[in-house]
Amino acid sequence: MMKADRTELSLIGVAIAVAIAAQFSPNWLVFTLTLAISTGLVVMGVVMLMRAGLVSFGQGLFYCLGGYAVGLGGRFLGITDALVLIGLGVVATVAIAMILGLLVTRYREIFFAMLSLAFSMILYGILVKSHGLGSTDGFGVVDWTLLWFDSETSDGANMALMLAIAVALVIALFLNRYFKSSIGLACEAIRENEVRVEYMGISRQQILYINYVIAAAIGSVGGSMTALAAGHVDPTMAYWTISGEFVFIAILGGTGHVAAPFIAALIFTLVRTYAVELAPNAWQMILGIVLLLIILFLPKGIWSLFTRKKGAAS
Amino acid sequence: MLTVWAILIDGFIYASWLFLVAAGLTVIYGVMRILNMAHGSLYALGAYAAASALGWYYADGGDQLWMAFAIIAVCAVAIGAVTGLAIERGLLRIMYGRDEILMLIITFAVLLILEDVMKLIWGTTPYFAYQPYAAMGRINIDVLTVSRYDLMVLAVSIVIGVGLWFWLERTRIGKILRSIIHDREVSKAMGVNVGRMFTITFMIGATLGAIAGGITAPIISVVPGIGIEVIVLAFAVVVTGGLGSITGAAIGAIIVGLARATSIHTMPELELFIIYAVMAAVLVFRPHGLFGQAVARKI
Repeated sequence: MMKADRTELSLIGVAIAVAIAAQFSPNWLVFTLTLAISTGLVVMGVVMLMRAGLVSFGQGLFYCLGGYAVGLGGRFLGITDALVLIGLGVVATVAIAMILGLLVTRYREIFFAMLSLAFSMILYGILVKSHGLGSTDGFGVVDWTLLWFDSETSDGANMALMLAIAVALVIALFLNRYFKSSIGLACEAIRENEVRVEYMGISRQQILYINYVIAAAIGSVGGSMTALAAGHVDPTMAYWTISGEFVFIAILGGTGHVAAPFIAALIFTLVRTYAVELAPNAWQMILGIVLLLIILFLPKGIWSLFTRKKGAAS
Repeated sequence: MLTVWAILIDGFIYASWLFLVAAGLTVIYGVMRILNMAHGSLYALGAYAAASALGWYYADGGDQLWMAFAIIAVCAVAIGAVTGLAIERGLLRIMYGRDEILMLIITFAVLLILEDVMKLIWGTTPYFAYQPYAAMGRINIDVLTVSRYDLMVLAVSIVIGVGLWFWLERTRIGKILRSIIHDREVSKAMGVNVGRMFTITFMIGATLGAIAGGITAPIISVVPGIGIEVIVLAFAVVVTGGLGSITGAAIGAIIVGLARATSIHTMPELELFIIYAVMAAVLVFRPHGLFGQAVARKI
């Protein structure tokens, strides 16, 4: 049994602090925070793959599956409990990822990127042509409940945020240990040199497969949380530019720490809120320029700002 | 039987368009090992330049068809070559030597920037330049009606395909490029100016993208986002055929074109699905595409 380390304590501390601060925050900030945490979860999946040297331009596939599972589960199965809906999304996503994983983990570099992109575009293509599901407009998510709370009667936005914080905390604690586990470490070894990993008697296929499926499941949770918070799902969740945004946030944050994707997602969501209002036709340009600047000057993401300072002091 | 003919004609017309869009992408990847996401933006730039220049021409009372084509060609070549030069010299040059996947992300950043540059220049209202398309009329093949403009796209695509093949296989520069493809370092040691060859290749690839956009402009309404839609199609084509191979791009375009036409005439709701399904199916059996070459993994 591992003892709770410093990272775990600070993760729990930050989660509690955010939850308390949210009680005194305006509604728009609560909503933005919820979206940022949900996005951060999907980005976690991208980061997990990046640690193994794979860049996915199709993580939107699992994001969209999670979102649609919430929408469809509420609409056709009459499920209203948020946790059950999220679980439904995870089960569906894991089932699909277990099939796709057999194929995509055989590929590296741009082939992995393109193949994952193709699969998310297949889902997009199917959803756009499904007129029963609102085609390109998507459809609304039913009012949901959480255990004994009801999003209608109690404060829905606040409830969504509390749920997002709790879910994200559990996942972050899990991943913090996962990254230090033998599978997590093997992923980094595969990125560095996969043939040598095979020499050590570890199956790279198996490691990448497990990593891929877990990343998919976490992406699905992020999608479900977004659907619950926004109350709406549409096919653009699977469009490749959305996956491109996830890659952007992953690079912005870097792969150095479990908290990095959440911080990057928060910056991304806040900047977007303002940029879309102030300069709607320059938002993508800002993204592109920032992306280039990070690749040039901060190749390990903004998290390296913290570690670099620490390294210089000691 | 009629459906089969319709599928074949539509399929090959669509395939010729796909080849036009994908040719530049595969040339750049073949020589430089850069999968250029900004190719979609060059397509859109070519379309915008051609559409607005054609708009001026027809607003001034011009009605010569050959002038319209000259305008498309000049605009596309000019904007493609200039933008290509700017991207290669201004940005890619300082990024060479990084991972292929990082280069992909860098060109994704270029795509994002160019998308908004186009919105700032041309706004968000659609541009139309349907006049050349309408002026060329239609011909009847048996009972099917085919637009002459579409047949011209087919011809242009064949000319560009043969031209590219000739350029790579039968000219001095082509031979030098093939030596770079084969071994970049040895070519450099033999006195090949790899940097200049990269600039030439990127400009030609970019120009091909812009030409594809310019030719397409009269067929579509030119709106923001067309580049983003097109680039994933071009990816599907080159990955199916095998990255970096001109023959591969042609075969990939024909396969995807016929598959899409079959789907449109028989099961229209599967249109988008089928393109990527074909790509995934090919990759299952040929991990590097039909004409792609496998590379040894690092040890």
